[in-house]
Amino acid sequence: MARFVLRRVVGMVAVLFAISVFTFLIFNVIPNGDPALRIAGRHPTRGQLETIRSQWGFDKPIYVQYGKTMEKVFTGDLVSYSTQLDVDQEIINDIPRTFCLAIGAAIMWMVLATVLGLYTAVKAGKFSDRFLTVLALIGISMPVFWVGALMNYYLGFKWKIFPNGGYVPLTRDPAQWAYHLILPWTALSLLFIGVYSRILRSNVLDTINDDYVRTARAKGLSERQVMLRHVLRNSLIPIISLWGLDFGAVLGGGAILTETVFDLQGVGQYAAESIGQLDVPPVLAITMFGAFFIVVLNTVVDIIYAALDPRIRLT
Amino acid sequence: MATEPATEFTFEGPVAFEEEAKRERVAGLGPWALALRRLRRNKTALAFGALFLVIAGLCLAAPYWANHVAHSDPYKNHLTDTVTVGGKKKDVVKPNGVPIGPTWRGRFLLGADSNGRDIAVRLLYGGRTSLLIGVGAALSTALLSVVFGVVAGYFRGFTDALVSRSLDLIWSFPVILLGVALGTALALGGLKIGPIEIQGDSKLIPILIIAVVYVPYMARPIRGQVLALREKEFVEAARAQGAGPLRIMFTEILPNLSSTIVVFLPLMIANAILLEAALSFLGAGVRPPNPSWGTMIGDGVEKIVTGPHLAVVPGLMLVLTVLALNVFGDGVRDALDPRAKLHLEH
Repeated sequence: MARFVLRRVVGMVAVLFAISVFTFLIFNVIPNGDPALRIAGRHPTRGQLETIRSQWGFDKPIYVQYGKTMEKVFTGDLVSYSTQLDVDQEIINDIPRTFCLAIGAAIMWMVLATVLGLYTAVKAGKFSDRFLTVLALIGISMPVFWVGALMNYYLGFKWKIFPNGGYVPLTRDPAQWAYHLILPWTALSLLFIGVYSRILRSNVLDTINDDYVRTARAKGLSERQVMLRHVLRNSLIPIISLWGLDFGAVLGGGAILTETVFDLQGVGQYAAESIGQLDVPPVLAITMFGAFFIVVLNTVVDIIYAALDPRIRLT
Repeated sequence: MATEPATEFTFEGPVAFEEEAKRERVAGLGPWALALRRLRRNKTALAFGALFLVIAGLCLAAPYWANHVAHSDPYKNHLTDTVTVGGKKKDVVKPNGVPIGPTWRGRFLLGADSNGRDIAVRLLYGGRTSLLIGVGAALSTALLSVVFGVVAGYFRGFTDALVSRSLDLIWSFPVILLGVALGTALALGGLKIGPIEIQGDSKLIPILIIAVVYVPYMARPIRGQVLALREKEFVEAARAQGAGPLRIMFTEILPNLSSTIVVFLPLMIANAILLEAALSFLGAGVRPPNPSWGTMIGDGVEKIVTGPHLAVVPGLMLVLTVLALNVFGDGVRDALDPRAKLHLEH
């Protein structure tokens, strides 16, 4: 087991390294991407450009530039090309917003999907099952930014039931915090509720015929106990691993669309804005940040699985 | 029977399947004919499949609508024009910048956008772009996944490690972040690979990006399937007859992957259309003024205050298309692999 964990952790570091190289290259080998032009502003003279290039080290070989940039990511000296602000500081400022969005949405979609999946499985074939299954499919088929924008427009702007975008810190006013986040949570959750409830429904229908379920019934447990204790528990296992992976993805920039639509000013929105300006340092840092969560949660899920099921360790 | 379904997936409770087989005297029917029969019985899936075809047909007929009904084209603006609705003349775009809503007549059927362009016309032309990107990206994903999956699964060892780690790498990127980063970078400079040169505003760029981003989702299960297939007796028999690796991969293994590929395609197209929309919304997909559902939604969301129809109309069209593909794709999966748990993640 220790060897397995060690191998996964080494692999994790390698993937993160490769991702940083790849992201750096995407923006540095493209033509017309000269960062000096973006720092200098409009109509720079040749001399100004030269000064900027030597100041920022753009005249050095690319691997030296990469090394310098990565060093700055970890020492906290990384500075944005366009705003000249400290990138790590900006990300740290944005983290609470992204985390509040991701954690709330993850709880919301897990709870609702469990209820929905269990209910549709119990009612399999009946009208309510078909109706809810169609709803789940519609949830999967909607672009999150479209749903978000419509919610924001109708519920926030037109009918004024909810605030029209924006964010209030939890520490300042918990009620307002939740009030501002309800729409983003819902918009972000819809897709996942659709995906998870469908998977859970088919898992429940698979386990419902297993022998141990029959045993549970035979020993006189109530239907409710059979469903909750025996069927649901076993059906949830694959979902929970999926949940870990998706939660990592949402933490790590997967909420870029939701944040942009609701103007939450989180890490994802920062990424979207930086990419638009070809501002490499923030993009690099945020991609690393996002990949970190994805890779870490991937590894955690793998390790938990390996701990539960020794057969996995062999592969 | 050569078509063993995906072995990586767990199969449980084959009772229903066997009963069906007994009931229907299936002797003599191949797996494809069986699947087709099951699909034909699934009326919901067929209806949604037909809906998709209707939408695709409408989009193909875009020039007809533009020339003969709407008398416009997707780029022409009618900022100062008027349109007669119910005997009254109305501005296409009011002096305060608010565009007209749906007229439910030939001209401006679904209203105009803030540049005075006919939304219905743009919707149909945009659909061509979105569907082209969706289908093109899905096919490219399938092609790349099959190549990588088969090569990795067949040769194992170092090749497999190399391919699998590369897939892990793509997998570990935040999907949209990777797509947007690639899209922005490529749109700026275009792409040059040897003699091939792609312009920054080409539709090939979103197709390529979406294809690459989704490869791990399809290549991984295929690799797993090939790992199991290569140990089968028929592969051994082919090898004993002197078949080389290429021949085994193409004539022995590839045909056994066809049902997996067919199952993935409609769901892949649906996801590709959604990702195109997301990329265009963030300004890294199709370049304006070219219409696509993504750019239209993006534009509509930005100006939703002037007229909600700007966002609602293209969004509904996209949801309808993706929903049709998802329902049909589900039906295809149930028909081909009634017991497989094949899930496309987002």
